[in-house]
Amino acid sequence: MNIIDRRPNPKGKSLANRQRFIDRARGEVKKALSDALKRRKVGESEGGEKVSIPSRGIVEPTFHRSGQGGRRDYVVPGNKKFVVGDRIERPPSGDAGGRGSASPEDGGEQDAFEFVLSKEEFLNLFFEDLELPDLVKTRIKESEATQLARAGFSVAGTPANLNIVRTMRNSLARRISLHRPTRSEIEAIERQVAAALAADDDESAEQGKLDLEKALRRTRRVAYIDPVDVRYNRFERIPRPNTQAVMFCLMDVSGSMTEAMKDLAKRFFLLLHVFLTRRYKTVQIVFIRHTSNAQEVDEDTFFHSRETGGTIVSTALEEMMRIVRERYSPDNWNIYAAQASDGDNYTEDSDRCSQLLGNEILPITQYFAYIEVGAEATLRHGFPSPPTDLWRTYGQIAAQHRNFAMRKVADQTQIFPVFHELFAKHRENA
Amino acid sequence: MATAEAKRPPSRLLFEGPEWDFEKLRRVYDAIEEIALNELGLSIYPNQIEVITSEQMLDAYASIGLPLMYRHWSFGKRFAREEALYRHGLQGLAYEIVINSSPCISYIMEENSMAMQTLVTAHAAFGHNHFFKNNYLFRQWTDATGILDYLTFARDFVTHAEEHYGVEAVERCLDAAHALMNHGVHRYARPPKLNLEEERQRQEDRRKHFEESYDDIWRTALIGEKPDEDPQGKAKLRAEVRRKLGLPEENLLYFLEKRAPRLEPWQRELVRVVRHISQYFYPQKQTRLMNEGCATFVHYEILTRLHEKGLISDGVFLEAVHSHTSVIFQPDYDDPRYNGLNPYALGFAMMRDIKRICLEPDDEDREWFPEIAGNKDPYGTLRHAWANYRDESFVLQYLSPRLIRDFRLFKVVDEEGADALVVKDIHDGRGYREIRRALSRHYDLARHDPDIQIRDVDFVGDRCLVLSHAVHDGILLDEPSCRAVLEHLGELWRYGIRLEEIDATTDRVLKTHEVPARL
Repeated sequence: MNIIDRRPNPKGKSLANRQRFIDRARGEVKKALSDALKRRKVGESEGGEKVSIPSRGIVEPTFHRSGQGGRRDYVVPGNKKFVVGDRIERPPSGDAGGRGSASPEDGGEQDAFEFVLSKEEFLNLFFEDLELPDLVKTRIKESEATQLARAGFSVAGTPANLNIVRTMRNSLARRISLHRPTRSEIEAIERQVAAALAADDDESAEQGKLDLEKALRRTRRVAYIDPVDVRYNRFERIPRPNTQAVMFCLMDVSGSMTEAMKDLAKRFFLLLHVFLTRRYKTVQIVFIRHTSNAQEVDEDTFFHSRETGGTIVSTALEEMMRIVRERYSPDNWNIYAAQASDGDNYTEDSDRCSQLLGNEILPITQYFAYIEVGAEATLRHGFPSPPTDLWRTYGQIAAQHRNFAMRKVADQTQIFPVFHELFAKHRENA
Repeated sequence: MATAEAKRPPSRLLFEGPEWDFEKLRRVYDAIEEIALNELGLSIYPNQIEVITSEQMLDAYASIGLPLMYRHWSFGKRFAREEALYRHGLQGLAYEIVINSSPCISYIMEENSMAMQTLVTAHAAFGHNHFFKNNYLFRQWTDATGILDYLTFARDFVTHAEEHYGVEAVERCLDAAHALMNHGVHRYARPPKLNLEEERQRQEDRRKHFEESYDDIWRTALIGEKPDEDPQGKAKLRAEVRRKLGLPEENLLYFLEKRAPRLEPWQRELVRVVRHISQYFYPQKQTRLMNEGCATFVHYEILTRLHEKGLISDGVFLEAVHSHTSVIFQPDYDDPRYNGLNPYALGFAMMRDIKRICLEPDDEDREWFPEIAGNKDPYGTLRHAWANYRDESFVLQYLSPRLIRDFRLFKVVDEEGADALVVKDIHDGRGYREIRRALSRHYDLARHDPDIQIRDVDFVGDRCLVLSHAVHDGILLDEPSCRAVLEHLGELWRYGIRLEEIDATTDRVLKTHEVPARL
């Protein structure tokens, strides 16, 4: 009898099959996901998602008998009151008695198939056809960091990089091929000599001494470790793309921004954050709120406190530039910015904004997205509202810069489509 | 205190406390082996017990209990479902899985307490193991020593085919073969034992053969088509080719593997792999009641003996009995938990009953079971039953009137068109035999799986494959799933297919399903 501990064996033997299953049901899974997304908060996307998909496409049909018609008998336990000849009302829905047959039919198909997607699977599907805009890469390439990576072995190097295993392997091979006597062989000869001496067998003692000398000579000639054996680990510098990003969330918090508008903005920010997390090892977030002046705040304050005052957008942009200069050198960081506003701005400020954006911010950011929230609310009255100040200003910028995008969002359900539109893989750059 | 301890007789307990370790497992195994071999007289394959985690148990579930399996999305589907059920606490995991192989591999979970490990060892490593080794179906149909090698071969072959012909093509072929899996067994003839070397060789030969030649049957068949051939000669030729093709054939996968005109050699091999696995499981499907009954009976007897000998404490015994009783729980038909007859419950009850009949028979038993009543050799009698019966014949032979009363079994008949179900038989003098016969038929796979055969191939014309379903009791095939399976069959046959549902008693064609050729 053997008892084997299999627990250390690799887990996830089924993962490959699971992936195949999800691939097969991809279309349905995605549809179920988008339905699920409508209902829940984007902020919860950190966890997995329970999805229920119709079993079409993933059925495994077999020949089996229909559940209806014909004559069938059942043997069931637990008779309490029936005698022969009793009649039992047929249970509704043609279900054969709610009792099942003694051997239930296999392959009965469920209408829906329910299972849980892991966080990773969820995000993969969620962002499947989205891609970070491939913009401004040229400049980023110049500032790429490098890192050392192993690149085989070399015969020269510093002692610190000596690869002992390789070296000893070469040494052993050489010693074997050149017949260098091993320690145990020499000891064996020594024992022979000693035995011969003890037995006063001069002839074999003499012979033994000769052998011993020969062996020792060979040992001296064939070095234990020869310079040709030595190997060093070799490292190469390979360029490493920046794997850190900073995301600036800019939001107007003046009185005109309602809670609903902030909520929309929050959803967009969260989505962007999750998306960036997938692409970059570290993503830092900076929250900048502004009214007529701007300040960096923590997340809670950002979303929940209210301020009064006018609206001067440029203050937020200036604050952002200040923080970039202080903490996030564009050489080391990928910079993303998302701005949410209801579109109000102090009229004289627009020029300043477009100047700041066009000359300072856009050249160093990977991507700048502007979301105008609640902008289409007035449509309900039958009149499209005139474009806001900010929308007009930014419209001109968008025409000139490819890494700038702007969209209007009126309610929750538009958030994901808009996000999708902004980052879709083959989007057309306006 | 010290004196009191010294006075107590030395404890014979094999272990204390709920935690298990390998040392305890081994001690318990040895004690169980002693009882199983010497007292119960079991004969077993060498055992291999493997401790696994719950995740690995889920993996094992997904590959239908086999330790290795080729890749296919349906296993992923099973895994996803089991995982969802488990994660939501809707379903616990089995305490063990046991594989019919030599050595017999039992997986036990690390979460089990030592009492459960004891129970599970007795259940799987001795109960199931004995059944696998001795039951005639397993002896005839499966090859315990070869299965692991064969699975390795199958997995490598599928991987290889995926590399050569693409994952998608392999998947299509496997999907189709899986749909026909239940109809891929030889029910009557004994299959030759698997031999890995031969299997490789045969696959190689097949490849060569196909490279060098083409199918003889089709050539002779097509030559036979001459417009002025006399009708008698034609009928003769037809009979001749049918004989050559081995029709009628109920093993659909076998027929496709050998005769489908447009399959590539690797596709035939895939069909063969699926067919072998189906064949391997065929005995298990026919002996679920007996297999579980045997294992449950064995663990119950062994645990009782361990307790009687003072080798396990009262607490351990109670924990094991608690688990045992929930396993053999049989809810009544009107209980919301009712889900058919529990094979553990019925199997265990029947085997206990046989033991009782052997030891303390009453007059009724002497009348019903004259050959075993009071023979004082319960284990010998049971070993005989385990070796020589399957569920259907076991029920037919050994279900006693007393058990029918205990379970309060009754038979209801549901006839199409009638406005109510009719109780035909209950547990009384007139009902015993009829209930026994009816229950035994429920365990007859040949009646459970629809009886579908390949009846004919139109070999002189459009190569249309003609299948027939022998309809019993007027129950037709489920239409949507039948259609889907025929589509899969079309994937392999690639010419037209017609399935006729024929009433077994009147030979009247009740329904016809057709699938056009894929050219």
